[in-house]
Formats: sequence, structure tokens, C-alpha cells
Amino acid sequence: MTEPMLTIRGVTAYYGAIAALKGVDIDVAKGEIVTLIGANGAGKSTLMMTIFGSPQARDGSIVYDGRDITRMPTHEIARLRIAQSPEGRRIFPRMTVLENLQMGAAVTQFAHFDEDLRRMFDLFPRLKERVSQRGGTLSGGEQQMLAIARALMSRPQFLLLDEPSLGLAPLIAKQIFAAIGELNRTEGLTVFLVEQNAYHALKLAHRGYVMVNGSITLSGAGRELLEREEVRAAYLEGGRH
Amino acid sequence: MEYFLQQLINGVTLGSIYGLIAIGYTMVYGIVGMINFAHGDVFMVGAFMALIVYLALVAIGITFVPLALLVVLIVAMALTALYGWTVERIAYRPLRGSFRLAPLISAIGMSIFLQNYVQLAQGARVKPLPPVVPGGHQFGAAEGFVVNISNVQILIVVTTVALMAIFTVIVAKTSLGRAQRACEQDRKMASLLGVDVDRTISLTFVMGAALASVAGLMYLLYYGVVDFYIGFVAGVKAFTAAVLGGIGSLPGAMLGGLLIGLIETFWSAYFSVEYKDVAAFSILAIVLIFLPSGLLGRPEVEKV
Repeated sequence: MTEPMLTIRGVTAYYGAIAALKGVDIDVAKGEIVTLIGANGAGKSTLMMTIFGSPQARDGSIVYDGRDITRMPTHEIARLRIAQSPEGRRIFPRMTVLENLQMGAAVTQFAHFDEDLRRMFDLFPRLKERVSQRGGTLSGGEQQMLAIARALMSRPQFLLLDEPSLGLAPLIAKQIFAAIGELNRTEGLTVFLVEQNAYHALKLAHRGYVMVNGSITLSGAGRELLEREEVRAAYLEGGRH
Repeated sequence: MEYFLQQLINGVTLGSIYGLIAIGYTMVYGIVGMINFAHGDVFMVGAFMALIVYLALVAIGITFVPLALLVVLIVAMALTALYGWTVERIAYRPLRGSFRLAPLISAIGMSIFLQNYVQLAQGARVKPLPPVVPGGHQFGAAEGFVVNISNVQILIVVTTVALMAIFTVIVAKTSLGRAQRACEQDRKMASLLGVDVDRTISLTFVMGAALASVAGLMYLLYYGVVDFYIGFVAGVKAFTAAVLGGIGSLPGAMLGGLLIGLIETFWSAYFSVEYKDVAAFSILAIVLIFLPSGLLGRPEVEKV
């Protein structure tokens, strides 16, 4: 059995009186790529934020790398080598690309900033061309690259990606998935990926979960889920490419 | 001409003081989106701190003016910063996430509290300070007109320019400044990147209060008197300056402060002293009609 990276047990979360997560169990082992698929509003993004304690889980527990982080403040979780490229990208619009990347590297005390910056520019050459441009002036695809690069600047061992392919041209989405797979293979980066683009996500991932209405309804190996009739019907037919 | 130049000098001096206070309003607004109505009174506390520390230094025999002023500056900044920190901690932080008006009401409460506290602790009478920085320079005697610049005025303008330069660099180049701007633009994202948002907000109040205390010291040196009520009028003027320049904008606060100081001074000089406040506020109203986000403010455009 491989070592667990993230263990989520019975987690519930609420927005006011509305239950967004209704007792979620998820496991991610070290070195794995795990994907979570589901329709709009299923609670996928809420789960991503709940892992970071914003909103905090009301019941259940979240254990990351052997530590219970269920009640930890968001900024302290962020200092545990876990990084997130969140829903909506959340680029700082009035900061330059370089400043956005500096924000990502803040938790490392800039120990290896130049080296990491070069790596990001190798991974996403477009960011290098835009380095002194403000985040808000970038195209959607460029912002997505910046959001992922910003997360990687903290040298995470565990990366959460919320819809990295959203709004991207298929070719660029493919490049981003390829880059994620590459980081996983070469550096052992553990990835937890939320996607609506189920086909790409399940092909890339070792394992997958399906979320409906705040609960996990299915789980299994990525390729296995791809074959499942209910998954195909709900998330793939008509959306296949 | 000499009259004009003289008023220009006076206006720039006054504008410097307003600008220093206005920075506190604009930085706090930028990061938490509220007007800290107690900021004017923090300035007043700063002026009292400066007076008390100066008199204490004189009492223990430190009368070498440059040294005394430097000590006063540092100690008053530190003590007033503590006030700024405390105000945020007890009056605003518990209300974060509450409805929008709650911290505003709390701020007005803090303002009234600080005024009454100083009035009770120090008395209601005006407190004088004998001139500490005497002398000045005269220009233009050869050309047949005389313009005076006092040493106090030089000190005020030079200190203000230096402090504004330092703060501009802090906000633009340091980790702290970046964290402040990040919190201003997307607080949740900042926390996802490991920024302690509460601490960053506290430090913003501390910086604003420190600058306000410098303004308090300058006010004390310039006018030679303080009382518990100076924070109200100066606060409203500096707030006007921040709005005029574009609230949330650091250079805007400096420009706004300068403009309010100049408008007030020139209006008093050429028209009537009684209506100087009317003039300043009228200009504000006119500017806001045509530029709702102020001179250097950023228009509210929501990017989706």
C-alpha cells in the first residue's frame, strides 16, 4: 500500500444553511493523479476550498501528509507544500505576471526563485513574453497558465487544480494536461484534479471520483470509469473530443 | 507675485500634512474597503504623543533640537502605531464579515472615544508648544519682493517627501507591499498563497497610524498648539484629499493632499478665510461629478 497524501472522511460543508458537501470520503496516495468529475454545482470546487479551510468542514476530517488540517487557518495550510490553482483562476489583475509568480513563491522565502522562474518559463513560454504585463490584461488561456505556474512556484508536493482546461483552446488544454502528467512522472508531484472535461481528466488520472450533489457516487481507476455507462452518459456523450 | 509665491509655499506645507494623513485613509480603504473614521483622531493622538515625548525629553535635559526631534519622531510613530493596531484589533477585526456598515459605525464610535479619552486625560484646553525650530530664509530681496520660508516648512516638506518615497517603495517592491496589494485585490487568493490576511491588515493600520503621527508632529511644530479636537477637521480634510485623489490610490492621496492644501491656502489668501472649507469641498464635489473615481483612482470595472 502506498503512503496516503490526503485522506478525507465524512466531510460536510455549508454555505449558510445550504449543504454543499454531504459527507465526502476521498483518498489520494503519494505520487497519484486523482480526478474528481461532476456536473456544474456538484460541489467540486467547494471541496477544493474546504481542503484549504475556506469554508471549513463542519463535520468529518481532512488529514494531509499525516496532519489533521481540518481546523487549520487557510494561510497555514498553504505553507505545508500544498498549492491550489483555484476555480476562476483568481489571478491578481493589477499585478504583473512576475509579481503574481512572486506571490506564489512567497511561502518558499524565495529560496530558489530564479531557478523556479526559469522552469515555469520553460513550461509556459507565453508567460515569459508577458512577464511585465498586468495579470488582468492576459487572455483566459494565459491566465490559466499563470494560475498553474503561480501554484507551482511554491514547490508543492501536492497540487490541487480546479478546471485547468476551462475556457482553453483544446490544443492548449492538451498541453497543460501533458505538462501535469510530466510533472507527476518526473518529480512525483501528487495531483488532485477537478474537471468537467471528463474525458481528458480520466485518461490522465490514475483514479477518479464522480460527485453528484455533494456526495461521491462512483469511484475507480480512471480508465475503468471511462468505460462505465453512467459516466459516459452523464459526462462524456456529446462532449467527447 | 511675492504674495502668490508665499501662498504657494504655505499651501504646499499644509498639503504635506494632509497628504500624510490621507495615505492612512487610502491604504486602509484599499485593503479592507472601509473608511476608518477614527484615523483623524489617531492623527490627533499622534500630535499629543509628540508633545508629551518632547516635553519629557526637555524635562530630562535633552535639548539638542535635531536629536530631540528624531527621538520624538520615532517614539511618537511607535506609540501611535500601537494605537492604530489596537483600534483595528478591537473595533474592526471582530466585525469583519459582518454587514458593510458595521465597521463604519464602529469607526465613528472609536473616533468619539479617542476624542473624549484625550479630553479627559489631557484636559480640554489648548496645549501650546514654544517654537522648537526657529528661523527661516528670505528670498527675492534683490528683486524687490520678499518671500519667507521658515525652517519648519522646509522640515515638513522634506520629511513628507522622504516618507512618501519610502512608503511608495515599500508598497511597490517589498514582500509586505505585495501581500498588501494581493489582499486588496483578492483576499481569499492571498490566503491560499500563505498570506496571513489578518496580520497584513494589522500592518496596514500600523503604517497608516505611523504616518498620521508624523503628520501630528508636523502639525504641532507648524501651529504650535494642539487640542483634542484637531483630529476631526484635519481628518475630514485628509479624507477629502484621499477621495479627490482617488480613494485606494497612494499617489492619489499625495496629490489630493497637496491640492486640498493649495486650494485652502489660496482661497484664504485671495477670497475669504471663512469660506476656505467651502472652497475645498466644492472642488471635491465638482471633481467627483466629472471623475467619480477621483483624479488618479481606478474606475470600478468588474472583470468577469
